[in-house]
Order: sequence, then C-alpha cells, then structure tokens
Amino acid sequence: MAHSYTPGLKVARFTVVRRERKLPLAGTVLVTVGQTVEAETVVARTELPGNVQTVNAANILGVLPEDVPDCLIKPIGSHLKKGEAFAESRSFFGLFKSRCTAPVDSTLEIISTVTGQAILREPPIPVEVDAYVDGTVVEVHEGQGVTVETRGSFIQGIFGIGGETVGSLHICVDGPGDVLTEARIGEEVRGKILVGGSHVSTKVLRYAIQRGARAVVVGGFDDHDLREFLGYDLGVAITGSEEKGITLVVTEGFGEIPMAGRTFELLKQCEGKKASVSGATQIRAGVLRPEIVVPQAVAPGAGADGDGGGHAGLELGSVIRVIREPFFGRLGKVVALPPELMALETEAKVRVLEVDFGNGSKSILPRANVEMIES
Amino acid sequence: MTLPKPDELNSILATDCGSTTTKAILIERRGGEYRLIVRGEAPTTVEAPFEDVTRGVLNAIMEVEELAGRKLLDGERILTPQKGNEGVDLYISTSSAGGGLQMMVSGVVKSMTGESAQRAALGAGAIVMDVIASNDGRLPHEKIKRIRQLRPDMILLSGGIDGGTTSHVAEMAELLAAADPKARLGAGYELPVIYAGNKDARSIVEERLASKTALVVTDNLRPVLERENLTPARDKIHDLFMEHVMAHAPGYKKLMTWSPVPIMPTPGAVGLIMETIARDEKINVLGVDIGGATTDVFSVFQGVFNRTVSANLGMSYSVSNVLAEAGLPNILRWVPFEISEPDLRNRIKNKMIRPTTIPQTLDELVIEQAIAREALRLAFDQHKMLAVGLKGVQQERTISDTFEQTGSGASLVRLDHLDLLVGSGGVLSHAPRRAQSALMMLDAFLPEHVTELAVDSIFMMPQLGVLSTVHPEAAKHVFEKDCLIRLGSSVAPVGPCKEGTVALRAALEYADGRKEEVSVPFGQLKLIPVPDGQTVNAVLRPDRGLDVGAGKGKERSVTLRGGIVGVILDARGRQPFVLPADRTQRIAKLAEWNEALDIYPVAVRS
Repeated sequence: MAHSYTPGLKVARFTVVRRERKLPLAGTVLVTVGQTVEAETVVARTELPGNVQTVNAANILGVLPEDVPDCLIKPIGSHLKKGEAFAESRSFFGLFKSRCTAPVDSTLEIISTVTGQAILREPPIPVEVDAYVDGTVVEVHEGQGVTVETRGSFIQGIFGIGGETVGSLHICVDGPGDVLTEARIGEEVRGKILVGGSHVSTKVLRYAIQRGARAVVVGGFDDHDLREFLGYDLGVAITGSEEKGITLVVTEGFGEIPMAGRTFELLKQCEGKKASVSGATQIRAGVLRPEIVVPQAVAPGAGADGDGGGHAGLELGSVIRVIREPFFGRLGKVVALPPELMALETEAKVRVLEVDFGNGSKSILPRANVEMIES
Repeated sequence: MTLPKPDELNSILATDCGSTTTKAILIERRGGEYRLIVRGEAPTTVEAPFEDVTRGVLNAIMEVEELAGRKLLDGERILTPQKGNEGVDLYISTSSAGGGLQMMVSGVVKSMTGESAQRAALGAGAIVMDVIASNDGRLPHEKIKRIRQLRPDMILLSGGIDGGTTSHVAEMAELLAAADPKARLGAGYELPVIYAGNKDARSIVEERLASKTALVVTDNLRPVLERENLTPARDKIHDLFMEHVMAHAPGYKKLMTWSPVPIMPTPGAVGLIMETIARDEKINVLGVDIGGATTDVFSVFQGVFNRTVSANLGMSYSVSNVLAEAGLPNILRWVPFEISEPDLRNRIKNKMIRPTTIPQTLDELVIEQAIAREALRLAFDQHKMLAVGLKGVQQERTISDTFEQTGSGASLVRLDHLDLLVGSGGVLSHAPRRAQSALMMLDAFLPEHVTELAVDSIFMMPQLGVLSTVHPEAAKHVFEKDCLIRLGSSVAPVGPCKEGTVALRAALEYADGRKEEVSVPFGQLKLIPVPDGQTVNAVLRPDRGLDVGAGKGKERSVTLRGGIVGVILDARGRQPFVLPADRTQRIAKLAEWNEALDIYPVAVRS
C-alpha cells in the first residue's frame, strides 16, 4: 500500500479549530451565527424522554388483560406522583380493593390489553451542550446544535480518559523528560490543566485530583496504573465517559516516554492561557483522539505555523518518530526509502525505510512503525 | 450492469470493503478454468475526510489495473463488459466497513427462540449487540434502557412457536415500542425491524410497531420446537442490509449501482464458502477469520452451519481486550522467554493505540502470535456455546441411554469429528512461516484425532463467497487453486498418558513406495514432511490409554494429506492438554515444540 505509514498526531502552533456541538436528540439552539461564546456557554438544550417503568396491572388487579382499561381511575396521559393510584379493581362484592400505583413520578403512557402491562414514563431528563471552546458560532444546525470556530494552538494526544474540561495551562516540570511527581504539584494547581513530562503514576494522578487539578497532560502512562486508576482492564479504546474527577491526556504512549519536544515547547509557550481539554479517545471507526485546544489571537512564540500531520507523505529528510519496539519513542531522519519489499528479522517482507537517529546510528524500520513529525 | 450468463463470464472483478482496507481481486477464465490473476488493496474511505466508500474501491481497482497491466476503469466507471483487453464482465462486492452489520435480536425464551434468532442474525453476517428475552433476568425498564442505549442497524424480533402463546411476543413488541429505538446511521430514517415469530401474533406486532419502525414480517424462525427455519429471516436481513443500512452508508448508493449482484456482509459471504466446502466434500469444517477488531468462527458439523462473531477479540483495535478477557498468565504461557509483566502490558496497549504497526523483532512476533492463540481460543469457546442443538426439544430415550444421557442443546462442535480446519485473517494468512499458522491453530483449537489444516492465502474468501451466489464453478476453481493453502494434516491422540511414554507409533507408506516407522513420545511434536498434493498412507497405533479415532489403544488406518507444512504428529495430549506449570519447564517445552516444527528462523531467546 502506498500509505503504509502512520500520519503523525496534530501539533499545531496556530490553526483554525471547528467543533460541532450537537444534542443527542432534537432540541433548541440557544445561540446565533456570529455570536461570540465562551467554553462554558450553553449553546443548545433538549429534554430526553424519561425512563420507562412497567407495572403488571392485570396481575395486581386480578383481572384479564383486556379488562384493565375498565379499571383505570386516571386517564391515559395523566401525570402521577409516586405512590398515586391509577387503576383499581374490586372483588368479593366490593369488599376487597386492589390498586395499581405509580412506582415513581411519571406519566401514564399505555395500557396493553394483550399483556395487561401499564407503561409509565418518568419525567424528561434535561440535556445541555456547551460551546467547549472560546470562539464564534459559525453555523447553526437547526434543532440539533452549532459549530463553534476558534483560532489558536491545537495538540492531539494518542490516548486519554475522562471527558471535556476547561482550565488554564500550568507547566509542572522543567523538561519533557521529567516525571510528574507529587512534589511538583503545589497549592496553585486548583482548576488548572497540568503539563507533566515523561510519566505520571496513579498515585500522583490521585494527588492532583486532591489538589483540584482539572486535567493532566503527560508523555506516558503505564497500563498497570491505568487498570488501578479505572478499577478495570480497559479492553477497547473507547473512552471519554469515565468520571474519575480528572481528565488525562497521554501524548506519546504507554510506558515512560518523554513528551515530544515540540509538544512540550508549545504547551510551555501557552502557559497561563485558558485551554479546553478532552480525553475522549476512539481508535476504531472514526479515530477520535484526545486534544488540547488553546484559543488565542496570535501564534505563540516564534516558528512556523501548520500541523505535524505529515500529509505530504514520507520523503527523504522527513523527521519521524518510531512508534513500536525496539526503538519506540526515538526520533530520526529518513535517509533512504527503498521501493522494494525487504525481509525483517521476523522474515516478513514489508516496505521499509532507513532512518538516521543522529550520532551516526542508522537502522532499517518497517514504514508502518513510524509516524511523521514536523521538522 | 446486467448479470452476464455464466458461460459468457470471462473476467470478474471483486472487492471486499473491510473496516481498514479495501481488497480487490481480478479473476479470469484461462484454459477452461477460473484463476486469480492479481490482487490490489487501498485504505477504506468510509470515514472522514473522504466519507465515500467508492474512493477506496477505485484506488484498489487502480492498483489491480497497474499490476495486471489492463484498463478496467474509464474515469470513475468500471468498464463492462470486457472488450479485448479492457474491462471486466462482472463486478461484485462485500462489505464490513463502518462496523459491519450490527443487530439486536429478541426472543421469548432466551435459550430457545432467543438463541435461534441469534443464530439467524449471526448466520447472515451480523454482529449481535444484545439478546433481549422475556426471561433474560432483566427488569422491563432495564431492557428498555438497553434498547435505547444501543443504536443497532436492525432488530430481529422472534418468539413463540406457530400457534403458541402470543402474550409474550406482544410484551416484547411493547417494550420495543416503548423504547422507540433509533437507527445507528442517521436519525432520518426508521429503524428496520424484522418480525419472525409466532404467526398468530403478527397483527399484534404490526399494531405495536408498524407506525414506529420499518417493520417487515417473515416466516417464523422456530415454527415448531423441534425445527429451526432460519433462511427466510436471513434473507430478509440481507435485503434490509442493502435497502436500509448500506443505502445510508457513505458512498454505498453509488457502489450498489456498479454491481448487478447485491453487496453482501463480509462474514455472510465467508459463511457461504464454508458451507459450500462442507457440502461438496461431505466433511465437517471449522473456519476462523481473525481480524483487527473481531474474530469470526464458522462451523459446519453434520450439515448444520453456525457462525459466531466475537466482536471484541482481535489483533489490533481489540488486542487489549484479548488481554482483559484471557488474562495475562494465559498469554504468557505461550511466550518461550522471560518478559516482565508491566512491559508486556504496555506493549499490548501501545499496539491498541497504534493498531497499524507490525512486529519488527522476533520477540514481538512471538508475543503477537501468543495473543493470537488466546484470541482464537476465546472466540472458539464462544462459538461452541452457541453452535448447539436445539434446546427445549423432547428427547426420545431407549434402554441403551440408561447410562449415557445427553441433554438437549449439546454442542454440535465435535473436535473428534472435525475434518478440516481453515484459518484466515492477517495473523494466520500473513504469518512469515506457514508452520507458525499451523501451530497457532493447533494450540488454539486443539483438534483431535485426524484433522486437515489450511489457510486462506490472501484472505479472498469473502469475494469468493459472493461469487459463489452467481457462479459457483468459478468460485470453486479459484478457491481450490489460489485461495486455500493446504498446510497438511495433524494426528492428535486423545487421552491421558505419562510424559516420555511412546504415545503414538505410525507405519507410513509414502506415494513413492518408501516405508517408514515413526514413534512419538507423549508430550512431543513430530513433523513428517509430505508435500502439498501428496498423501501418505498411515497405520496409527496409539498407546493403550489413547485414542486416534478408532477407540482407546485401537489401531487406525488412514490416508493423510500433505501440505506446505506436512503431517504433524501431535502427541502433546488432548483432554487434557497441559502446559508445565513450572516456568522454566514450560519455556523449555515451548522451545522444543518450536524447534520440532522449525517455527522460527533462530531459537527465540530464552
């Protein structure tokens, strides 16, 4: 295949970010095109139909299913309080009464004359969607939501947990290779997005929660820590709904891996700025990666704009990062792209490239095991 | 495009749109038989930014054009029929892109109509997200909540035998109506619901669901307790897959106009091929397709076809779930060297988050193949649980059953009756050495007595499956000549024995008249090279406690088919198959087996 390499994750100093903010069901959009919004602004609202409860009315009343409608003392569509009766029957010359009551506050929706079941619906559940990023509404999807656009810095992680959050960026370490420890988390982190270096442990993550941090962005995380933190072994990489009190964005992978220098530098330049962070990850079908969006009017620091997506494809001189053992995490420059298939140590014949890791060491790697990063 | 007459069919272009890759093959009639000419592939383009499946199909066809040196496309149109060296006579396709066909099924009794409905959906190529039944242990509101949470492509509602009770069916229909489920792809169309239950409840179901869903009624899939009638429900699933699901997936409307043959769900097509082999050769077949996200298992025993899909067992997207379900010790038991647990865990997670990477070192390959063994084993366990006889059927007993009674619902999968085991999917089809595929299958499935092993050369069973619906002969030619790679046969004595005792003696007579006597001690593997296309006549003499298909300690004469690997005498034990508990001994044993089959180029570090 021509595209047998992995495009790198996006790390953009200054770019346009658009996010669709949609309701799960049709509802009301509360903002208009051109309106400036903050991350916390509610842009759309709806009500999800309430949960359904069933009551076996025929059984309780001691009547045949087809006779249940005759026993109703409240019409279909009535609003009922918890414990309120909606049907009753009398037996033994009216001496004994059987009553059906609502198990929760609900509306009487249907009575089945086949099964004798009464179906009651609980009150609707309000659902709101916020703007997630500071920006401008550029499109309204009638009855569904909006698209918010912002300009600023944008960084994708490789894996995350936890939902969306907002806070100011706080750099906790001196360099991308430093491990984030408790000692580096002070009182000042409350409500902030913490940037660590190469690693964070569950213990430190819990400490950050105690201190009121909203998110942690770090190079690497161990799988056994992930299991301990979540309380279960994560099987499929679909995350974002965990409610652990903090959002985690891992930029490089599992293990202790220094954060890519470019990512760390960009985050450092954005220190103190308000950032929107999401840990939601879905690797299959759709590929959703965790992200950090820092809205700002101009590009931070010096250097070229653009992203590290590497859409141009691999070419001689491309800077790559190895994303699998045995050189996992190392950076290098492509020095040869042989067109023919070559046999690996495993004897598998694949497309390869030759990479120079600097200091004179070179290696042949499968193209599938590298990702491009911007030089 | 119109469907050409079979005798006018000289060239066929077939694609399979997978969740990550679209594969195209070109088949031509040469010298009276159909053969695979070339294969091309390109990334699937169902997702953003393309959101049009036809882009990936065209890219894959362009690769075929380049490799075959033939013009097949005129811009974005497939040239049909073939004229001279340009174009093809027929274009066909299968698809599992965008998550394949995801269904929810419902029955009255979970182990009876619920299971029948599940088998119908799985047989049609669907992933079954959940089985809702009257007796599934959940409260009505929990069922409703679940139905609302899942956004299936389609629902199959069954329940009751014809003439039986209607109230439970009505109850299920009411729950469905109350849940008001929405379709997965787009909220703009009604969710297809197939009713295949008690015919007397049809009017009730129509009354409850016709206004809320796209309801289709078909024959009861369990008209009487003793018989399943799954074909009408399966056919309806295929029709609705085309009409509703595919028509709403990006680019499929266009793709459907390119072929006169309906697009088939990939696993449905593979299932067809498995059924065809079993029927034509009158054998029991077990097939597996291990992908990045899912593992499908197919079986045909005594003519009964079953398919299961393990939606979260796979080698890339789902690799971490194999670890979660199998547990680390089960994966580690297949690794013939020391590795730290945290390191292995991190490696597996890194594969999950970067699913397209491949093993570069031998250690990494060994670890991937260890994971594959566990994924296959777990998928097979799930298959055995569903591929069972009908439950709830009254059994006729005679006096001879006094001491040996089996209940209804016994598994149909009998490893001692298995004739052919076929493997497919990247880790099996593309293993650097075919012997690696053979050993992975032996370890995961533990076939008993005499079993033939094969792999799909380049994973083209889906395309051949759909081709078999319009031209069975062409499909058979390509399947026999180009698709199926015969690895050889395995002989595995069943029963307990002492380590080191001679478990199996075999008197072999080769095609060239050469004779040989071999013996295999218990706990060991021995490879007899018998090339593909040749057979060897063998008289098998197991130890007195062991059985090779003729009874304990009884001699059996068989003809063993050779293959690219050969004949494997597997005396490692069955029922039980046990790996040494001691780590050092286990590692030594694995190394010994790897060496016996020459699995790896050099001894894996220990």
